[in-house]
Amino acid sequence: MEETRIGVFICNCGTNIAGFLDAADVAEYASGLPGVVFTRENLFSCSEAGVSDIKSAIRDNELNRVVVAACTPRTHEPTFRAACEDAGLNAYLFEFVNIREHCSWVHKEERESATKKAKDLVRMAVARVALLEPAERIRTDVIGQAVVIGGGVSGMTAALGLARLGVGVTIVEKAGKLGGLASRLHKLSSGGADAGEYVAGLVKAVKANGNVKALTRADVTNVEGYIGNYVLTVLVRGRERKLRCGAIVVATGAEALDPEGIFGHDGKRVVTLLELEELLMKGRVKGKRFVMIQCAGARTRDRPYCSRICCASAVKDALLLKEAIPDASVHVLYRDLMCYGIENERALRRAKEAGVRFISYSDDAPPVVEGGCVKVESDVLEGPLTIECDRVVLATPLVSSTDAPRLSRLLKVPLDQDAFFLEAHVKLRPVDFATDGIFVCGTARWPATTRECVEQATAAAARASIPLLAGGVEVEPIVAVLAEPDLCRGCGLCASICPYGAIEIIETDDGKKASMIEVACKGCGTCSATCYVRAITMVHYTDGQIEAQVEAAFAE
Amino acid sequence: MLDAGRHPLIEMAAYSEVEKVSRRGRAFRVTVRRKARYVNEDLCNACGDCSSKCPTKVADAFNMGLSERRAIYLYFDQGIPAVMTIDKDACRYFATGKCRVCEKICKKGAIDFEQKDRRTTLDVSAIVVATGLSVLDPTPLTHYGYGRIENIITGLEYERLINATGPTGGHLYRRSDGRLAHRVAYVQCAGSRDLNYCDYCSSVCCMYSIKDAMLGREHDPESVSHIFHTDLRNVGKWFQRYQQRGEEEYGIKFVRGRVAEITEGPDQNPIVWYEDTRSRKVESLTVDLVVLAVAALPSPDAASLSGILNVDVDEHGFVVTDEGAPCDTSARGIFACGFCRGPCDIPESVAQASAAAERAAELALDT
Repeated sequence: MEETRIGVFICNCGTNIAGFLDAADVAEYASGLPGVVFTRENLFSCSEAGVSDIKSAIRDNELNRVVVAACTPRTHEPTFRAACEDAGLNAYLFEFVNIREHCSWVHKEERESATKKAKDLVRMAVARVALLEPAERIRTDVIGQAVVIGGGVSGMTAALGLARLGVGVTIVEKAGKLGGLASRLHKLSSGGADAGEYVAGLVKAVKANGNVKALTRADVTNVEGYIGNYVLTVLVRGRERKLRCGAIVVATGAEALDPEGIFGHDGKRVVTLLELEELLMKGRVKGKRFVMIQCAGARTRDRPYCSRICCASAVKDALLLKEAIPDASVHVLYRDLMCYGIENERALRRAKEAGVRFISYSDDAPPVVEGGCVKVESDVLEGPLTIECDRVVLATPLVSSTDAPRLSRLLKVPLDQDAFFLEAHVKLRPVDFATDGIFVCGTARWPATTRECVEQATAAAARASIPLLAGGVEVEPIVAVLAEPDLCRGCGLCASICPYGAIEIIETDDGKKASMIEVACKGCGTCSATCYVRAITMVHYTDGQIEAQVEAAFAE
Repeated sequence: MLDAGRHPLIEMAAYSEVEKVSRRGRAFRVTVRRKARYVNEDLCNACGDCSSKCPTKVADAFNMGLSERRAIYLYFDQGIPAVMTIDKDACRYFATGKCRVCEKICKKGAIDFEQKDRRTTLDVSAIVVATGLSVLDPTPLTHYGYGRIENIITGLEYERLINATGPTGGHLYRRSDGRLAHRVAYVQCAGSRDLNYCDYCSSVCCMYSIKDAMLGREHDPESVSHIFHTDLRNVGKWFQRYQQRGEEEYGIKFVRGRVAEITEGPDQNPIVWYEDTRSRKVESLTVDLVVLAVAALPSPDAASLSGILNVDVDEHGFVVTDEGAPCDTSARGIFACGFCRGPCDIPESVAQASAAAERAAELALDT
């Protein structure tokens, strides 16, 4: 057996790590651990200089195992694995230790203990890395088709984007027709395009595109498979169909909050912005005096988020009201006017010039709708105001789709605390899910303007097209294997508890045996922990590797 | 950055400028000027020996001029590619014909004073503009005293100070006396939502000021931050919760009111004068440091680039895009994403970038 030659790299992460623990001491300590032949402290191991340092250290010192103690593997494991590969070392002979999130950041006031904990973590990693074995990524073919769930602006845009790249797409829409929430709007923006015409244009493009099929009154009832090979069961007008695809885009949108009980909503004198849009569209707005109340049911204790689009929508509708009824009086009662960016701020200024009055109120003294007036305690003017009006318009927030929890379970993708779909990273991966092959866009993710929905949908199309056009994907080889087939009795316990449907029980010449679908396996280890005859082993997380790590944890 | 840098299909041309773009049928020919670094990129390993011996110091633009760098320098530590560059305007050899210390010290023989700008041409199917933003110089906003009162800085300057790799190693030392600033006032809309400067909302300042105030408290438990704001426009995913956390867990004080003037008191402490619109009184607050959330602008080269590309820009210089196809510019085959189109935050930029990639891919893959 070849000699184990471990290199340990301790990252300072600027002062994120080195500011709170003694990184030099950790490096010094690591150099004395069994098998360690090289240690180095870097200011930023992830920088190009840091990475090339690792590469040359591997080559110059004939390292055959590498440990990097730095930040989270979520950001930089691929970086360091690639560095190992570039230097001719198998990527799975590398072990990442998180001494930032798991150590320096959470023990900022305890320099000594943090240093000791970093040493413990490094010692455990060194014990484990010595036992790691090389592995190769698993390649699987991909069905070059996509399914988009939801046929609103986001869904249609995502489908058309994929279609333009040459990918066949099926849209699954729950309602009887395409269009979604935007088809209930009057204008996309103030002075902007007619929403109905815009949606009709998209529907026409979808119908005319040979690469897109749209199923309406269709509902996803089951999802099986994994990136490249999904099978969706869809109930289309009462008949069950199977759709096979390589990637899924979730574009199920959001819903307008049910305004019942808010500010005396009755759909007549007190309406929502969406209801006003419908009246504007039909030219059936009556009355001359309008009061708009922002944050109706939003930014409250129960629903703490800001719905992003309501202020700009209110400004748009105030302008449209002024256009339709020039002598109308329009008051907008708000908390913060969320007219971010260029267009929204410009529209706000136009509204002020047109005579729309904006009055701010504070969340502890919300307006009161009483008979034909609205009473408001302005937080900048002295004394309460009573505004007589013919119609009250409530800016109610978008809320997550009632179907979102069910779909989240079917697709095994998460929702956030407001029940919107939760992307892989809220800043850096806005349209990806953590699960490979599933993407999200539009108001299913968070309230967004039409323009923002189109951007996200086009982005989701781009992201989904990558595996589909590549024709194949590679997945992590960290999977369960039936290492001891002779021990397996085919009891089926593993298959029954596998959350990913990645184990089948098959007939072999030696009787019933478990059989793993490698690409579907996420490496969770549930099966191997459950197998009472210990026939299943986790690649890269064998019992031996974990036991060595545990023993090192308690060694001194 | 590292991902893009090591992607086999991405070629990076840093320290380069687009000089000319001409249409060839449905494609483009792009002339790129690869500016001379006076350093051989293939030989340099960014060890830094040269800059440690270089005798000339100039203000470090990356650190907003808050520290100095040498005439031969690395733009920033994690920059790609990791190679040194000689700043010709600052270099003693280029000015006087004498020095060449870096050349003597370099073990790799990477210094090349004879290097010339190179022009390369690229034949491409599509172009994506992603030139980002710059910020307003707040000096003309004389009532805020920037440039006159030392302890008033911009948000970007604060970012460098609070950054572990910045000029102060992450400590908020004041320019005037090197004392640690505990009391910090953030002044929102410095030049934004202002008809005299930028009539739009810069969109990202409310959130970054809260972030900066939180970072300040994390670095210094005695830090007290006041954020003076008009509307607090925290509209993104989880932003309201973030604001609430800033208030409850980090003790940030939010004051509704546009700052009228900043003066200087004893010990060079800035005094912020404002009308608290809630109490309807003119008040003042003495602090150690003021951070101006200055308006965001297109990058300074955006105007000349839009001329070269022949794309429409608005009166501020932001690239105009189509409402229905928001990454498409007025010129066929040229797409835009990120702040060059107008204010947007990171997730919006990332989504727009992927969307622009999709539009460009349609042409590049010729589907």
